[in-house]
Amino acid sequence: MRVVIAEDHALLRDGLTRILRAYDFDVVAAVDNGPALLPALTTHRPQVAVIDVRLPPTFTDEGLQAAIAARTQIPGLPILVLSQHVEPLYARELLSTPHGGVGYLLKDRVSHVGEFVDAVRRVAAGGTAMDHEVISQLLARREPLAVLTPRERDVLGEMAEGRSNAAIGAKLRITEKAVSKHINNIFTKLDMPPSDDDNRRVLAVLAYLNA
Amino acid sequence: MAPVDVAGPDERTYEWARRGVRAVLAGLAAIGLTLANVALLVVSLLALVLVPVPLLGMALVSWTTTLVRKRADLERRRATSAGVPVPRPYQPPPQRGIAGGWRRFRWIVTDPATWRDLAWLLPGGIVGATLGAISLAVPLYGIMGLTLTPLWIWLGTDWYGYGTVWSIDTFGEGLICLPQGAAILAGGLWVAPWLRRADAYFARLLLAPTKAAELRLRVTQLTVTRADTVDAQAAELRRIERDLHDGIQARLVSLGMTIGLADELIDRNPAAAHEMLAEARAASSAALVELRHLVRGIHPPVLAERGLDGAVRALALSLPVPITVDVDLPGRLDTPVESAAYFAVAETLTNMVRHSRAHTGSVSLRHTDATLTMVVADDGVGGGDPAAGTGLRGIERRLAAFDGTMALSSPPGGPTVITMELPCALSSPRTTRSSGTG
Repeated sequence: MRVVIAEDHALLRDGLTRILRAYDFDVVAAVDNGPALLPALTTHRPQVAVIDVRLPPTFTDEGLQAAIAARTQIPGLPILVLSQHVEPLYARELLSTPHGGVGYLLKDRVSHVGEFVDAVRRVAAGGTAMDHEVISQLLARREPLAVLTPRERDVLGEMAEGRSNAAIGAKLRITEKAVSKHINNIFTKLDMPPSDDDNRRVLAVLAYLNA
Repeated sequence: MAPVDVAGPDERTYEWARRGVRAVLAGLAAIGLTLANVALLVVSLLALVLVPVPLLGMALVSWTTTLVRKRADLERRRATSAGVPVPRPYQPPPQRGIAGGWRRFRWIVTDPATWRDLAWLLPGGIVGATLGAISLAVPLYGIMGLTLTPLWIWLGTDWYGYGTVWSIDTFGEGLICLPQGAAILAGGLWVAPWLRRADAYFARLLLAPTKAAELRLRVTQLTVTRADTVDAQAAELRRIERDLHDGIQARLVSLGMTIGLADELIDRNPAAAHEMLAEARAASSAALVELRHLVRGIHPPVLAERGLDGAVRALALSLPVPITVDVDLPGRLDTPVESAAYFAVAETLTNMVRHSRAHTGSVSLRHTDATLTMVVADDGVGGGDPAAGTGLRGIERRLAAFDGTMALSSPPGGPTVITMELPCALSSPRTTRSSGTG
């Protein structure tokens, strides 16, 4: 699977490259600044891009801007954005670009290599990977969520992060059947249209939380 | 915030009449105060003549000056309440001054404001009494027309005349006095506030600080705010140092030890080494969380990345109360101002979430005439008191470092509106005009 990496810290760039290569990704380009990113994406047409929010030369949100710009030039380009801090605001902006897998994770998550690689694969396949921190911030400010049981809130959180029923079940140590029962309850209680498509369901939940 | 004018015609007439009556009463007070002015002038001149008398002279000057300043301060307050703000011009008193002491005497006589106060006493009294007499006489004449004429008609006594009708001879002419009296009363009430203002402007000529005094006061104020800022900075640095030392540094040390231990164990006991490494990873995560909190407190990354606009939006998104954010900034602010503005808004929003029990709130950021105006409002219970909490005081101090100001309006029952102003220029012009709900 072809990957483009954009990360300005040499150590982290090499680390990311090494991890992804170890898991049989083909790192076709690893750029260290904002202006080089967009050309790299358009020439290499990777199957997924892993991008740091803050890049030289301005050290603001160049990576994020480039990611959003790339999505309009290459529709459906899956993008996983990494950052030292997460903002629901940025998550909202990323999600507002149509089509294709989207991920937004804290850099810390890379240390859990297995989960990180899972997230990259999920995004490459058109899925979603939202950081736990983003979701918990979104959950914290939604009063209507009081109608949910604590377990249902857990399931909602996991679902919003982009996990499949199987993954949620494994994480919360419950059966897949129980997971889908909880999900049905959540959708009924929050008055959201049910959907069988995993990713569309995730996006619906995120849209609900972001509203 | 200017009060919204929702008064009906009746209320407006009432308000207008009340203002007129208040001005007339103030004019009456001015006449009385003129007597005080004359007395003060006489006493002050006497004290100055007696200066050569050892001990007594200087003490007398000190006492009379105190009295004159009290009188001048009263006039400044009166002028300010008439809509003409007059700041105090006096130099700050010397440290540990003994009443009657030489230092105190020098402080008094070297302050030009002392002499300007004295120069004001007599002319100020004359102008005050004259304008006060006019503002009192005209409405009284109106009342006379309204009351004495019916009285005269009833009594049938001899009467000279009133207003335009001189020598009232018939009953009809007597009745004309009523509308005339009403008109004169209304005119008197209308003109009285203007006479008050004229008096206030005259007072300002001598009682307001001169340019030099203004500069001196400014230097004093800057010295105070600079000291505050330096203190706050030092305290902040100390806090950061402590957080780094007790938190992250300690965690990194233990992290190194855990990894070292894992390295030792890896051949002999791989299972234990594995456990150690998992522990190390957890420790590194915890250190990162702590570091993120600390960084957010020093300078939120989103502020660096997106400026005030984005940072306030991101902040609004993270609060449990829905906040409408409305921003109109034609560019990025200078970093220090941006940071001060952000923390001021953040602190007010935190206060709001903590105390106001609001259902919704709003933040508006505007940049006009080289001033950033930040208005934070909520529909909560109100009753906010700047003296009660250190939070609002902290905001005031933060803003004061940039000559910014804060005004709080929070009647019991709400709503609370906090208006903060920060003089500042914009750098890197770019167009961002947006609004939305967070």
